Amino acid sequence: MKAAAFDYARPATLDEALGLLRRHGDAAKIVSGGQSLVPALNLRLLSPEILIDIGRIDALRGITVEGGTVRIGALTRHVELMNSAPVAEKLPLVAEAIPHVAHPAIRNRGTIGGNIAHADPASEMPAVLQALDAVIVVRSADGERRIAAEEFFTGIYETALRADEIVTAVEVPAAKAGERFFFHEFARRSGDYAIVGLAVRMTVSGASASNVRLGFFAVGDKATLAEKAAAALSAGPVTAATVAAAQAALADDLTPQDDQQASAATRLHLARVVLGRAVAALLEDPSLAGRTAA
Amino acid sequence: MTARNPLTALDRPNSYIGRAVPRPNLTRLLQGRGQYVSDMTLPRMGHVAFVRSPYAHAKILGIDVAEAKAMPGVIAVVTGAELAKVCSPWVGVLSHLKGLKSAPQHAIAVDRACWQGEAVCAVIAETRAQAEDAAERIFVNYEELEPVTDMERALEPDAVVIHPELGDNLAFERNLDAGEVDKAIAEADAVVEADFLFGRHTGVTLEPRAIIADWNPGEGRLTVHQGTQAPHMMQNIIAKHLDLEEAQVRVVCHDVGGSFGIKVHVYADEMAVAALSKLLRRPVKFVADRIESFNTDIHARDHRCKGKIAVKSDGTITAFVIDDITAIGPYSMYPRTSAIEANQVVNLVGGQYTNMNYRARARVVFQNKNVTCQYRAVGHPIACSVTEGLVDLAARAIGMDPAAIRRKNLIPDDAYPTGSASGLKFEALSHHASLDKLLAMMNYDALRAEQAELRKKGIYRGIGLATFIEVTNPSAAFYGVGGARISSQDGVAVRLEATGRIVVQTSITEQGQGSEAITAQVTAHALGVPMERVRVILGDTDNTPYGGGTWASRAAGIGGEAAWQAGKALKANILAVAATILQSSADALDIVNGFVVDKGTDAERLPLEEVARIAYFRPDTLPPGFQSELMVVRHFVPRQYPFAFTNGIQASYLEVDPDTGFVTLLKHWCVEDCGTVINPQLVDEQIRGGIVQGIGPALYEHCRYDENGQLTNASMADYLVPMAAEMPDIEVAHVVSPTLESELGAKGAGEAGTAGAPAAVVNAVNDALAPFDVRITEIPMTPEVILRALGKV
Ligand SMILES: Cc1cc2nc3c(=O)[nH]c(=O)nc-3n(C[C@H](O)[C@H](O)[C@H](O)COP(=O)(O)OP(=O)(O)OC[C@H]3O[C@@H](n4cnc5c(N)ncnc54)[C@H](O)[C@@H]3O)c2cc1C
Repeated sequence: MKAAAFDYARPATLDEALGLLRRHGDAAKIVSGGQSLVPALNLRLLSPEILIDIGRIDALRGITVEGGTVRIGALTRHVELMNSAPVAEKLPLVAEAIPHVAHPAIRNRGTIGGNIAHADPASEMPAVLQALDAVIVVRSADGERRIAAEEFFTGIYETALRADEIVTAVEVPAAKAGERFFFHEFARRSGDYAIVGLAVRMTVSGASASNVRLGFFAVGDKATLAEKAAAALSAGPVTAATVAAAQAALADDLTPQDDQQASAATRLHLARVVLGRAVAALLEDPSLAGRTAA
Repeated sequence: MTARNPLTALDRPNSYIGRAVPRPNLTRLLQGRGQYVSDMTLPRMGHVAFVRSPYAHAKILGIDVAEAKAMPGVIAVVTGAELAKVCSPWVGVLSHLKGLKSAPQHAIAVDRACWQGEAVCAVIAETRAQAEDAAERIFVNYEELEPVTDMERALEPDAVVIHPELGDNLAFERNLDAGEVDKAIAEADAVVEADFLFGRHTGVTLEPRAIIADWNPGEGRLTVHQGTQAPHMMQNIIAKHLDLEEAQVRVVCHDVGGSFGIKVHVYADEMAVAALSKLLRRPVKFVADRIESFNTDIHARDHRCKGKIAVKSDGTITAFVIDDITAIGPYSMYPRTSAIEANQVVNLVGGQYTNMNYRARARVVFQNKNVTCQYRAVGHPIACSVTEGLVDLAARAIGMDPAAIRRKNLIPDDAYPTGSASGLKFEALSHHASLDKLLAMMNYDALRAEQAELRKKGIYRGIGLATFIEVTNPSAAFYGVGGARISSQDGVAVRLEATGRIVVQTSITEQGQGSEAITAQVTAHALGVPMERVRVILGDTDNTPYGGGTWASRAAGIGGEAAWQAGKALKANILAVAATILQSSADALDIVNGFVVDKGTDAERLPLEEVARIAYFRPDTLPPGFQSELMVVRHFVPRQYPFAFTNGIQASYLEVDPDTGFVTLLKHWCVEDCGTVINPQLVDEQIRGGIVQGIGPALYEHCRYDENGQLTNASMADYLVPMAAEMPDIEVAHVVSPTLESELGAKGAGEAGTAGAPAAVVNAVNDALAPFDVRITEIPMTPEVILRALGKV
């Protein structure tokens, strides 16, 4: 299919872009890498009157480290995150997750701003950013808002972003001593959106875990922190029983849905499996994964 | 039939046959200089967008086109009723499929849409985007009808009958009873049953279906540029339904971006394009987009097959019984029909084994989903999966190794010629040589030991075997005898040009598999000229001999032999000219490397360009009465056997994670016997590609319909084609049993991979999960299916 006709603007500055966005409101769409938007246009799922291409706004680029925070400009492409030395060093969870985002051709153009604004429930970064307690920085003609990642994702393709706002950056706390990270996703084919995925940050001391954040994705209408499961894991030394309690708690934490690739029941099952494997890996005790044997 | 002389020209030292020579069209294609219909533009060309039914079954009460007609760039809006005046409907039946029935199908639905995606109106505009804009302003008033979606429900007495005039939804039924099945079952030591489920899937060609029809009223001719596998068949059918003489239709088919059987059928929307061009008196183009491809390219499989096997405790198989049902959409596809796949299943089950007790029933039913028809390895994956699944179950029941039970029952290599319980005739197969080669290649015993060791560590790996037979080189028995004007013979014209170069025109077509390459190889070899001197022309009804095209693994075996014979005949004619020039005898001369040489010493006498120069420009110097004939045509069709059967065996090694249901493919092997291997690289890549296309439906590919007949995954995001990262290494080897029907001895190799791969993978998954005592007979085997079988969800 071919996209319906639209107008196109490529502002040079953020203020210009925000002005255009305010003027056109719902009739406008921001385009960054175009990797999610352009297919939607071609399928005629969306027919905006005007596309505002923010690709030339330099202020939205770049990865900088300020104190204990890594600031990632909204136009940062997936491939740039993948190749970034500061990301590899300060944000090992991001570095681990990003190769799972799509395929090389898409990573060459897709941006983190577009990725989180798109808010696909099966997308990796929304879960990673929540696990890392990141802040999403957005701006409108009225000024800047800083939104906790946990508050940003509100539903399937839905975010706290208002029609006149642009994501300008994400700010992610750098890894601290004692923190451990885990990332894994079950995808039918490499590069596909996951059918269940988990991004974890926790502080491990001996057999105990604290500061546990379990970012699940593709198990509901949005990426979600599994808080009850995290609480179960934080209650004393982690044993097979604790893991089982945490896995049981996922029934409350998550609201998996049926879709093309898996039923809700399979998703919940896989979420429990990946949680067991995460704990086993992070606490370096393979028996905690509870693998099936005949 | 010719007896094989061990010292034929095939053994010459400068042979191209049997060598992995690069394809002549490679540079052109790699430089992006292919001539695909999708890329073509003609002056005054209009683009079509079709309005397609959103319902699986609905009456068309009215179509309001007023707004659309006024949209920018719109040339015309045409409904089914209007187009029916230009294009007559067709019925997809063949007389040799006794009892097969179907209903008339129109290029565009006239008063009823029978599947979601059937075209109900066409918009032609200056650009496709404009046509789509206008299509959004066409308002069709539908009355929804109850859709028939489940194939078993379709046969119930109170089911909605899709075509009331046909009486019921049963399109075709075949029953076969050979040997003494009941006695064999009564006397068996074990009888095992299973229900096999095969999901619907499709071909997903890289280039979608594409057609430009160009009616030239001045000439009274329609030129159709089409991505097709069978230009002459299309010429005949387009002429017939547009009420033209065949001579008024030219079908041109240059590069085609993949076919796999998808592009050998008559699609209603493509017929509509031809008719629209005639109606509008200008070129009209249609290229299916991905959604249209998923909704309208033929689907395949969609079978439920109950199977039963009887076995003695020594491993002797004593009976196979199958009851297969398949649903084909609302119409039998034209002109090859949609009953062929079920018919093949009946023909093929158990065909590799000595057992002669076999009972089969196949039923083909109508339903309100997209049409199904012949796709790569028609019926084979079903037959092979059922047969080989049952054999594994029998082996398990009597505690026998899967390789051993096959060795016990495969037809011995010295038993030929012989036949199967279903009446198939086998000229020469090599099941045992192939099995031995495969087991050695995969190091079967070591692999079994490794599997046992890993099981102790909680790692579940499986080995799956699948032996198969493949129908290739079909004679007229496939379609011609049933009344279809589908040629089973092919023709090749070869000429020596004045520059000493060779031009070959062949009726086989190229869709990426290397038809052009093997034609050049065979001709160059037959003539004794460097391949670079040979140019191949194909895919043009005006400029090639008449023939069938490329489908059913026939191009190399049939078109290749025609090229061989034509090359030999031209060589004889060239030598006759050379003999008169050299005052020698043709018998004493030969052609090597583009030179006429003395036979025996290979001493160079004349370059071919000199022969051509004299023949074309100085014939006055040749003896009176001598006429050179430097262009010849030869045709070929197998006559003794209806099909040249090939055989082979595949093995899959994989790991299953019993907690997640995920399958990791570790390795795949295939030994197959396609007779003479003309180009080992092309054959091996056919096998590999075929295997991947068999792994697809085993694990990933599925056209998922809901109960209302809505296809729910018509996109590349949701329909999972197999991709490189998940595919295992595939090792391929050959046993060579040439067919004696041709001098070349080549049989087909295009479908062998697809025939056996699903069975090998399913058997391997079941082998991996044997400790959990589960058995899965449903494909695609998604993680969900595996977890369910394991009782995890
Ligand atoms: C085949 C395929 C596979 C994929 N697989 C994955 C995967 O596994 N995981 C994954 O996470 N993603 C996947 N993606 C999506 C990919 O990561 C996209 O690049 C990303 O989701 C969108 O980024 P973009 O820059 O291309 O955004 P665009 O397509 O330009 O925009 C997407 C949406 O965000 C809005 N938008 C863009 N930038 C901003 C901004 N700065 N502020 C506010 N709104 C904005 C747009 O208006 C639009 O609605 C896949 C895509 C494809 C085509």
